[in-house]
Amino acid sequence: MKLTLRVWRQKNSNTQGKLEDHQLDDVSPDSSFLEMIDDLNEKLTNEGNEPIAFDHDCREGICGMCSLVVNGVAHGQDRELIKAVTICQLHMRNFKGGETIVLEPWRAEGFPLLKDLIVDRGAFDRIIQAGGFISVGTGSAPDANALPIPKKNADISMDAAACIGCGACVAACPNASAMLFTSAKMGSLNHLPQGQTERYQRVVNMVTQMDNEGFGACTNMAECEAACPKEISLDFIAQMNRDLITATLKGIGPTV
Amino acid sequence: MKNIIDQIKVVEGSLNSAVPEGPIQDIWDNHRFNMKLVNPANKRKFNVIMVGSGLAGGAAAATMGELGYNVQCFFYQDSARRAHSVAAQGGINAAKNYQNDGDSIFRLFYDTVKGGDYRSREANVYRLAQVSNNIIDQCAAQGVPFAREYGGALDNRSFGGAQVSRTFYARGQTGQQLLLGAYQALSRQAAAGTVKLFPRTEILDIIVIDEQARGVVTRNMVTGEIKSYLADAVVLATGGYGNLYYLSTNAMGCNVTASWRAYKRGAFFANPCYVQIHPTCIPPAGEHQSKLTLMSESLRNDGRIWVPRNAGDNRKANDIPESDRYYYLEEKYPSFGNLVPRDVASRNAKTVVDEGHGVGELKNGVYLDFSESIGRLGAHIIKERYGNLFDMYTSITGEDPYKVPMRIYPAIHYSMGGTWVDYNLQSTIPGLFSIGEANFSDHGANRLGASALMQGLADGYFVIPYTMGNYLAQASLKKVDTNHPAVKEAEAAVNEKTKKLMSINGKRSVSSFHRELGRVIWDNVGMARTDAGLRKALKRIPEIRAEFWENVRVPGSAADLNQSLEMAGRVADFLEFGEVMALDALYRAESCGGHFREESQTEEGEALRDDENFAYVSAWEYAGEGKTPILNKEPLTFEYVKLTQRSYK
Ligand SMILES: Cc1cc2nc3c(=O)[nH]c(=O)nc-3n(C[C@H](O)[C@H](O)[C@H](O)COP(=O)(O)OP(=O)(O)OC[C@H]3O[C@@H](n4cnc5c(N)ncnc54)[C@H](O)[C@@H]3O)c2cc1C
Ligand code: SF4
Ligand code: FES
Repeated sequence: MKLTLRVWRQKNSNTQGKLEDHQLDDVSPDSSFLEMIDDLNEKLTNEGNEPIAFDHDCREGICGMCSLVVNGVAHGQDRELIKAVTICQLHMRNFKGGETIVLEPWRAEGFPLLKDLIVDRGAFDRIIQAGGFISVGTGSAPDANALPIPKKNADISMDAAACIGCGACVAACPNASAMLFTSAKMGSLNHLPQGQTERYQRVVNMVTQMDNEGFGACTNMAECEAACPKEISLDFIAQMNRDLITATLKGIGPTV
Repeated sequence: MKNIIDQIKVVEGSLNSAVPEGPIQDIWDNHRFNMKLVNPANKRKFNVIMVGSGLAGGAAAATMGELGYNVQCFFYQDSARRAHSVAAQGGINAAKNYQNDGDSIFRLFYDTVKGGDYRSREANVYRLAQVSNNIIDQCAAQGVPFAREYGGALDNRSFGGAQVSRTFYARGQTGQQLLLGAYQALSRQAAAGTVKLFPRTEILDIIVIDEQARGVVTRNMVTGEIKSYLADAVVLATGGYGNLYYLSTNAMGCNVTASWRAYKRGAFFANPCYVQIHPTCIPPAGEHQSKLTLMSESLRNDGRIWVPRNAGDNRKANDIPESDRYYYLEEKYPSFGNLVPRDVASRNAKTVVDEGHGVGELKNGVYLDFSESIGRLGAHIIKERYGNLFDMYTSITGEDPYKVPMRIYPAIHYSMGGTWVDYNLQSTIPGLFSIGEANFSDHGANRLGASALMQGLADGYFVIPYTMGNYLAQASLKKVDTNHPAVKEAEAAVNEKTKKLMSINGKRSVSSFHRELGRVIWDNVGMARTDAGLRKALKRIPEIRAEFWENVRVPGSAADLNQSLEMAGRVADFLEFGEVMALDALYRAESCGGHFREESQTEEGEALRDDENFAYVSAWEYAGEGKTPILNKEPLTFEYVKLTQRSYK
């Protein structure tokens, strides 16, 4: 099929960006979205132009590297046909010949742009460094079955842990809030007995870091949940807010 | 060309595996006692460079940071959590025997040596089985949400044909969950200041001073800056080289660059021809295909594999009557059927496709059919077991496996070969260590399912922190700085190469060369290898390499984020590495594990080992530009697991 791609090009964060149009004449419906961009890049290279920079690695929906806003939607999911995929897992048969597809980067203050469609998500790493871990040194663990964990808790923890740290929630949110990510990351630990000791300090520290990184506030628009390729539930945000209140009542302040 | 084998200089007795003496059960314990310790107050004076943040590198960097060393951890992704370990689905083995089904450390050891087709070092494998139990404890304590039973205990499953249930798992994303455990431990150390993280930073050379590994030359992938970092020891945890094949289940960025640069600086490269081909991947859909997706092996528990009995049968799967279906695995291997090991399943798929029985538009797959188990168990049970995988298959192929059989075909998945290391995981360059998939150590010629995650974490959490301490406590390390001639020379070499790549300005893209190389390797150094095919590859690869250096086009600037340049460097290294791999495959005129030489098979077409002539590790030594590398042999002896031919009839 034939497609027009309208792609965001920007040399780096110090320069102005703009949308640029490109034509592709022969896109296979069986190719993945990123393979379609590969095609375009091959064409650009052969024509002596610079290919489009975009993040990707595993191409199977698990590393969280790919990060494109397609026609205004993070990961380009067509919410009726296909639910919960990353853009690397979306295939061209979901598009129609003749269409114009607009490609943009994640846009958020917390994610400075590096080049074209690539942004810097280092803020997510720093949120984890603020407290998204259980402090247990190598070698000091008891036998794994010494601490039974109800299957239900383990399952909820797993639901939260499924987050791939892609940042689509931030990109989709009108306020560029990182609440879904942050709450999922602490949620996976806070639902396990191992995570209880540091639970409230963890909440306070991670939320503080999230705010410091310039992410916006949550106004319950739920766009994040709709864009999330791993179907992370808003319930984790509610839990995080409850824990934050408890922490405040306990008088716990940030240590980051 | 004809006498290429005669040109190979063979050296025996040059390699010291450094395995301590003693009964295998006691070696590691005794060794831990005998190793020298670094005084706790001195640890922070030692700098360690960790290349890689996957299970191996992430675990090692976190643990060494906890111990008080100064660690610098480099990786090419934007976050340590994205190393390709993240993609593992199935699970991780351990000898816990929680299911009381007769597992033990010795059994895991035994299965791994046998599964590796007797081409691994017994003492290393035994240690791996020993520490496997600590891994599960450690990960559970970190908050890895392993699957659990209703009583709250950890659940296990049997994996890859094992006769005991020793595999721990976390939904379909064991790799991501284990990696997050390591990443979170790493993040804690980053916050504590013991580990410094270098995302989007690629290692382009290893710095060796006075015959010790002392640093790395890096390229900042955002700014293009070339910069050296120095340290007291360097660890490579850079994963596998399957991406050499272009189409593989590896991530797009997986590469051999760091290990290859180390090879050129004197670190021997072991068994490059051992790669694992996974039988259940989605076949390529056309020329545009950029990578292949794995469908979990567990599907073979309920799916039946078949092709049309008559070659060239163009009917749709559901129109082919039972009598015209060829269930080739069930017919050939009545006792194991569809559950034969990976290499056997893969080779048989290749045979039927080569003979014209392939299915799908491109005739490049075989069917994996669930209709019988759906009929027997009901679609809801199949959905419960494999729902996620079926959805993924549908989103990729547009077909519904509840209604029409899946199409699958083997793909490159894992590399058993890697940097040669001794028992301490140290390479032939003192102070240069290699861990995880990047080394060759534990899986011999074939890896068992769910054992790579185990090995990465074993090396990272429980082996390297000790053996590295032993090295640092004894090494005499001179003070060096970045003005040292060896540093200048390495930087100059990197700059020179970059400049060359940018200036060729030819007519072909980097990926076109990568595709072409991958095709040659897949056709000739893939599932079945022959003397003639390997010689063909050995002729073709240098030709492609020569054209690459004359005709590649790398657009953009080197002083900028430039993905074409990144790929160009990696492909340039693959173009050299592929040749050594083909040479290794040619020299090893036996079949073993993932290495199948058509000349060496039993009457029934099974892999035939030649223990008399090939029970050794092939460690290749760089002999200089344009020279045939030198083959160093490390003999393998088997005291605890008796040598037998595998048979799955
Ligand atoms: C699809 C898939 C499924 C799998 N499923 C299973 C399973 O179920 N069970 C199992 O046991 N095993 C499985 N495996 C194998 C297993 O996942 C890997 O062998 C293992 O995770 C490798 O870990 P690692 O730490 O050695 O390397 P990786 O996780 O690949 O990490 C490599 C690291 O090195 C860095 N790096 C590489 N090159 C450079 C460079 N030049 N400069 C700087 N940094 C560099 C990368 O950034 C990364 O951080 C699977 C593999 C695949 C591909
Ligand atoms: S919560 Fe969902 S959208 Fe946000 S980072 Fe995690 S996986 Fe991505
Ligand atoms: S490229 Fe890894 S999730 Fe898309």
